[in-house]
Amino acid sequence: MSLTRDKKLWMYRKMLEIRHFELEVDRLFKANMIWGTCHLSVGEEASAVGSIAALEDGDMITSTHRGHGHCLAKGGELPEMFAELLGKETGYCRGRGGSMHIADLEKGNLGANGIVGGGIPIATGAALASKMKKDGKVTLCFFGDGAANQGCFHEAVNLAAVNKLPIVYICENNLYGMSVPFRKASSVENIADRAAAYSMPGRVVDGNDVEAVYEAVKEAVDRARRGEGPSLIENKTYRWLGHSKSDANVYRTKEEIEEWKQRCPIKRYRQKLINDGAASEQELDRIEKEVEQAIQEAIEYAKNSPEPRVEDIMDGVYA
Amino acid sequence: MPEKLYIDALREGLREEMLRDENVFIIGEDVGLYGGAFGVTKGLFQEFGEDRVKDTPISEAAIAGAAVGAALCGMRPVAEIMFFDFFTIAMDQLVNQGAKNRYMFGGKAKVPMVIRGPMGCGTGAAAQHSQSFPAVFAHFPGLKVVMPSTPYDVKGLIKASIRDDNPVVFAEHKLLYRVKGEVPEEEYIVPLGKADIKRKGKDITIVAGSIMVIRALEAAKQLEQEGIDVEVVDPRTLKPLDMGTIVDSVKKTGRVIIVEDDPMSFGWGAEVAAGIASSSAFDYLDAPIKRLAGLDIPIPYNPNLEKHAVPQVEDIVKAIKDILE
Repeated sequence: MSLTRDKKLWMYRKMLEIRHFELEVDRLFKANMIWGTCHLSVGEEASAVGSIAALEDGDMITSTHRGHGHCLAKGGELPEMFAELLGKETGYCRGRGGSMHIADLEKGNLGANGIVGGGIPIATGAALASKMKKDGKVTLCFFGDGAANQGCFHEAVNLAAVNKLPIVYICENNLYGMSVPFRKASSVENIADRAAAYSMPGRVVDGNDVEAVYEAVKEAVDRARRGEGPSLIENKTYRWLGHSKSDANVYRTKEEIEEWKQRCPIKRYRQKLINDGAASEQELDRIEKEVEQAIQEAIEYAKNSPEPRVEDIMDGVYA
Repeated sequence: MPEKLYIDALREGLREEMLRDENVFIIGEDVGLYGGAFGVTKGLFQEFGEDRVKDTPISEAAIAGAAVGAALCGMRPVAEIMFFDFFTIAMDQLVNQGAKNRYMFGGKAKVPMVIRGPMGCGTGAAAQHSQSFPAVFAHFPGLKVVMPSTPYDVKGLIKASIRDDNPVVFAEHKLLYRVKGEVPEEEYIVPLGKADIKRKGKDITIVAGSIMVIRALEAAKQLEQEGIDVEVVDPRTLKPLDMGTIVDSVKKTGRVIIVEDDPMSFGWGAEVAAGIASSSAFDYLDAPIKRLAGLDIPIPYNPNLEKHAVPQVEDIVKAIKDILE
C-alpha cells in the first residue's frame, strides 16, 4: 500500500489547488464578483485529497455544501468551477447550481448538496446500483459531523450495512456544526464510534495528515470492493474560515483557530515530502507556481464566459 | 377483452417492464416475500429474486434516496411507499434531491425513477393512513405526477412512468385495487400528459381523477335516467396536465364540475378551474365553475364521518342537479 512518488506529488498539488481556489473564491466574494453564499474548506484539504486518492477513476463520490475540495480532487476542472461560481453559462451547472450544487457525473462526482446529510442516501443508492450491476465500483460518501445527526444518516448507513454495499462513509469532523460545538451536538466522542451500531468498521483518523487519510480510506475502499461491505471513517479536521461568508466566528477563539493553523495539512505535507527526500523545495515551489497560474487562467476564463440567457431559463427541468 | 383487477393490471405492468429491462427493480418495505402491504408485488420476488424485488428496513428517506442515487447511476428503480401518507417521511430525497438534481446540475443528470403508493380513505385506517395528496407533488418542478383510475390506465401508465427519464410520483387509490376493467392481452402504453374522456356527454363536464372517476361514472349513470347527459374527463396525469382535452370538453358542454379526493384548499381542482377560466372555454360557460373535494380535515376514523370527508356519488349527483337547475 505504499504511495508512489507521482501520487504523493499529485496529492500535494491537489491540496494546493483547493487551497488557492478557495482563497481566490474568498477574494472574489469580497470583491462582489460571487453572488449568494458559499462554504470554504480551507484547512480541510487533506481529508478530500487523501480520501479520493484511494479511489479508482470510475469510482463515485457524493459531496456536501463544503464541496469544492471534493470536486477538484475527483478531477473537477478549475475553469468550469470558477465559471459556475460566477454564475456563467460555461460553469458545471450552466450557472443554475452555484457553489452548493456542483456535480461532475462524467468524473463520478454525483454532486455537492445544499441539504445537510442529503447526499448520504443518494450515495447509498449509487452503491446499490454498483452492487446490482456488479460493476466493481466503490462510492465515497462525504458528510460533516453535523450531518451525522440527521435521521437519513442512520437510515442509509443501516441500509448499506444490511446489504453489504460497496461504500465508504467519510465523516469530515471539523468540530462545529455551523456554530454549535461537536461535543454539544453529539453524544459520542467520535462519529466513528457509531459504526459499532451498524456492525461495520469505524476508524478515527488525523484528518490533516493526507497520507494517514489515504491509508485508512484505501483499506476501507479495498474492503468495499471485495464485497465485504461499508466502513465509516472519521477525519478529524478544522475549518479555518467561517461556516459561510456571513460568519463572525463568535463561537471560537482566535487561539483555537491559530492552534489549528499550526497543523496546516499542506505545510505539514510539504515538510514531510522534503524530509523523506520525495521532492525538493524547488520542485514543490514549481508545483505551487503552476497551480497559481492555472487558477489565474481559470478565473480569466470564467470572467470572459457568457451569462446564461433568460430565454433558456426553463431548460433542464425535465429530461 | 379480458377483465382484470386494477391491482393485477398494475402488477402485470411492473412485471413486463422488469422482463423488458434488467435495470428496472423494485425497492420498498415488505415488497419481497410478503408481496407488498396491499399485494401489488405478489409473486415478483419468486420470479425475479431478492436483488430485483428488494425488501428494505423501515426507512422511507433511505428508500427514496437510494432510488435517486441508483437512478443517477443508470438504474430504473420503482420504490414502493407503503402508504401515501408516508411520502412525507421521504420528502427531502424526493423534492430537494430527485426533483431538483437535473436542473441544478445544469441539465446533465437524469433521474429515471418511479415512487408509488396507495392513497385515500374508505378503509377505516384513519388520519395517518388515508390522505390523498398527489397535488402536493405537482407543485415541485422536476416531478411528474400520475393517478390512474382504471385497470387499463394503471398498466399503461406504470409502463410509461418506468420508461420516463424523470422522477414520477404514482398515486394509487387503495379502493381502486379491487376494481375490475378491460385490459388487452397485447402490449400497450398510456402516455403521460394525456387526459381521457371516460364517458361522452353533452350537458355537463365532470373533471375527476383517481377514485372520483368511478364515482363520477356512477353519478352519470344515475343522471342519465333523468335525462342528463354527463361527460367525464379523467386527466390521468396531474403533471403534465392535459388542459386541452378539458377545455375542449367544457366548450362542448358549457358547464363543469371538478371532483377531487384531495382536501379542497389549494387542490389540483383550483388549478384546473383557473385553467378553464383563463382559456377560450370561458366564453362558453353557462354556469360558474363548481368544485367538489375533500373537507379540509384529517380523515376521521368513524365510518360515517369518514364517508362524509370526501365526495360520494350522491354528492356529485346533487351538485350537478343544482348546477342544471
